[in-house]
Amino acid sequence: MARAQTARKTNNAARPAAKAAKTPGKPGPGKVGKDDLLKFYRDMLLIRRFEERAGQLYGMGLIGGFCHLYIGQEAIAVGVQSIQEEGDQVITGYRDHGHMLACGMDPREVMAELTGRIDGSSKGKGGSMHMFSTEAGFYGGHGIVGGQVPLGTGLALANKYRKNGKVAFTYFGDGAANQGQVYESFNMAELWSLPVVYVIENNQYAMGTSIERSSSETHLYKRGASFRIPGEEVDGMDVVAVRQAAAKAAAHARSGEGPYILEMKTYRYRGHSMSDPAKYRTREEVDEVRKTRDPIDHLQERLEKEGHADDAALKAIDAEVKKIVADAAEFARTSPEPPASDLYTDVYLEAAQ
Amino acid sequence: MTDVLMPALSPTMEEGTLAKWHVKEGDNVRSGDVIAEIETDKATMEVEAVDEGVIEAILVPEGTEEVKVNTPIARLAGGTAETDKGETSQDKAETGETSAAAPAPVAKPAADESKAGAPEKAPPETAETKSQGEGPAAVVPARTLKDPEVPAGAKLVKTTVRDALRDAMAEEMRRDEGVFLMGEEVAQYQGAYKVSRELLQEFGERRVIDTPITEYGFAGLGVGAAMAGLKPIVEFMTFNFAMQAIDHIINSAAKTLYMSGGQIKCSVVFRGPNGAAARVAAQHSQDYSSWYAHVPGLKVIAPYDAADAKGLLKAAIRDPNPVVFLEHEMLYGQEFDVPETDDWVLPIGKAKVRREGSGVTLTAHSRMVGLALAAAEELAGEGIEAEVIDLRTLRPLDHETILESVKKTNRLVSVEEGWGPMGVGAEIVARVVEHAFDWLDAPPLRVHQEDVPMPYAANLEALSLPSVEKIVKAVKQVAYK
Ligand SMILES: Cc1ncc(C[n+]2csc(CCOP(=O)(O)OP(=O)(O)O)c2C)c(N)n1
Ligand SMILES: [Mg+2]
Repeated sequence: MARAQTARKTNNAARPAAKAAKTPGKPGPGKVGKDDLLKFYRDMLLIRRFEERAGQLYGMGLIGGFCHLYIGQEAIAVGVQSIQEEGDQVITGYRDHGHMLACGMDPREVMAELTGRIDGSSKGKGGSMHMFSTEAGFYGGHGIVGGQVPLGTGLALANKYRKNGKVAFTYFGDGAANQGQVYESFNMAELWSLPVVYVIENNQYAMGTSIERSSSETHLYKRGASFRIPGEEVDGMDVVAVRQAAAKAAAHARSGEGPYILEMKTYRYRGHSMSDPAKYRTREEVDEVRKTRDPIDHLQERLEKEGHADDAALKAIDAEVKKIVADAAEFARTSPEPPASDLYTDVYLEAAQ
Repeated sequence: MTDVLMPALSPTMEEGTLAKWHVKEGDNVRSGDVIAEIETDKATMEVEAVDEGVIEAILVPEGTEEVKVNTPIARLAGGTAETDKGETSQDKAETGETSAAAPAPVAKPAADESKAGAPEKAPPETAETKSQGEGPAAVVPARTLKDPEVPAGAKLVKTTVRDALRDAMAEEMRRDEGVFLMGEEVAQYQGAYKVSRELLQEFGERRVIDTPITEYGFAGLGVGAAMAGLKPIVEFMTFNFAMQAIDHIINSAAKTLYMSGGQIKCSVVFRGPNGAAARVAAQHSQDYSSWYAHVPGLKVIAPYDAADAKGLLKAAIRDPNPVVFLEHEMLYGQEFDVPETDDWVLPIGKAKVRREGSGVTLTAHSRMVGLALAAAEELAGEGIEAEVIDLRTLRPLDHETILESVKKTNRLVSVEEGWGPMGVGAEIVARVVEHAFDWLDAPPLRVHQEDVPMPYAANLEALSLPSVEKIVKAVKQVAYK
């Protein structure tokens, strides 16, 4: 454990600078300046490179089980979490690596969890789908589709209960949007004006099932209508649009007006998980999105066009990100397995006497 | 003339206080009029007249305490003849007109109650096939059940468990038009684990149905369709996700036959992979055997090899009861011999002795059978001959076969992939202790998953699961070797 702690301390520099954007004096939420754009670029690139490396480690047998990559969807976690305030909470499903990085968790502890090692954020017990960080306000990492939605709503209940002005960002997929518990949550959230922002990551597919084949109403932002929850469709491939929508939604929730639904139109480039060959869609469909809507390319063009960064500046960011990811991978590869004695720890807490 | 009786406010109430009369002798009352108030320490209730007439006499004065339920408290004159009254009140009870909060204070409520009970109908067809119950009423010696003979000359075809399950569904769908499959990714994707491969092509969208990710909903739809007489096969992508739907499996599927007094049958199969999968951590790696085997009204099957998977799934689909059919992801790709016959159907409720031996009885089901057999090989090298019993069906459990074996070996080790406490092994040990205590030469042992949620780390996961090594060790312990 000593190792884990030092590792975490010494590698603070590697964390995405997500929190910097929230410091006072910066442009207000929703507004974005040059520094924000550069930071979005860096944070999205970090997630992309991290995920590519995770895929590689999976192929090498260092990561096992299910591993769901976030490639293609980076703008959502980065854009939404850029308005996260200290004390706000984040919760999502199993496709969670990007959110954790965007929340400011150390890439080392995330990667080491992927390899099931002692320095992982869950000491190797949770793996890809189950990571948490109270420090970063990240409440998991849940494997049961839709299960996180009432949990996130409950985090919001606690915020309202404590009158602390915090918001619970609750992410789920287009497939999850059909689970009954989502609607039970919606009803209570609006009924009790809970400060929760529901972020639906509509990447068009739930495993091999396209949204058209699973949903009678495919405009998911309308799904709160019968509960009177406002909803908005957002281009989830445009980090600035995401940021602005999130700022508005969070302000709504934070001011006591209750929940807000953001439907992020996005796309996942890889299969559902590492073992999915994704034969249910064409190569052309994927290529088309990558070519025309890629969130990182899109932002890169804007940075160059608006003169915020030249080639050299972007290359420097690339190099920095590559280094962080290489370091995380090496750390995750060499971190030891948990000791056998850990098998029986963390099942219960000792009750206070 | 009718007596108005002291009503009960609850099934447990025996007496109460007559708090107040709202009528006096000579008053005319009509049904629905409040005539009195009664009280217990828990509640107060108004007593309504159920018949028309004149209050001829008040038999219990206001303020009287400890009035026994069913004591006449007033007498009503006039109204219709007694027999008519009896029918009237019964009609009301049946149409629900009599408010539940105000039981009818009319004559002979006891007689009415008895009529409301179980009709003297013949027991439902399903209750006659005595083998399903675990309760004392319905246990039939499983030894009367027998696997069919493999016809002489029948070819044995190497088949994966995956394909055997597929073949079972295809054959039953060909045979019975009411059989259909629904679940996540079962159609176009051909099954998340490819168990429903090519079923969509053969049977079309009407009978192979892709559902949204809404387990609670589609399990309920499956039960409803079964109530209407169809024979759904509800696939859960894994049984971990059936927890979303367990309410319908237990509250709707398992109990309805009983609740309806035998009227509503629910022939549905809930199937999918159960148990540990590799490196998928606590929420995706769990054995639900004992959860379902606990429930009366369900049959629970957990086969090991391909022939059993096929023969028992066919039996499950034909069975008139709800069946939970627990498969195993790690077995899907394993090949076994399956006899090539027209109709390979195996009896539900019959265990199979997979290896004979006299030194110790090993019980196991699903993937654990393979481990038990491997352990038996290893033990044979050390001079201990283990008898390996594949339970195949967990409910009804074939304890006859187990008892017979234990009476021969005098030692028992149970193996299961799930947690030990309150588990399958616990049940087996209990039955052996009840019925064969005197034959035991050593306290039975249970091998099972360690008592923790499934960890992700490779080394911890391996430590957590049952293993050949753990089985061998347990056997040596009961054999005092
Ligand atoms: C209750 C439940 N049912 C099924 C699954 C299996 N499963 C895991 S992810 C998934 C698809 C979910 O799709 P979506 O909500 O769109 O999220 P995405 O994977 O696209 O991020 C399914 C069916 C599960 N984990 N939990
Ligand atoms: Mg999706």
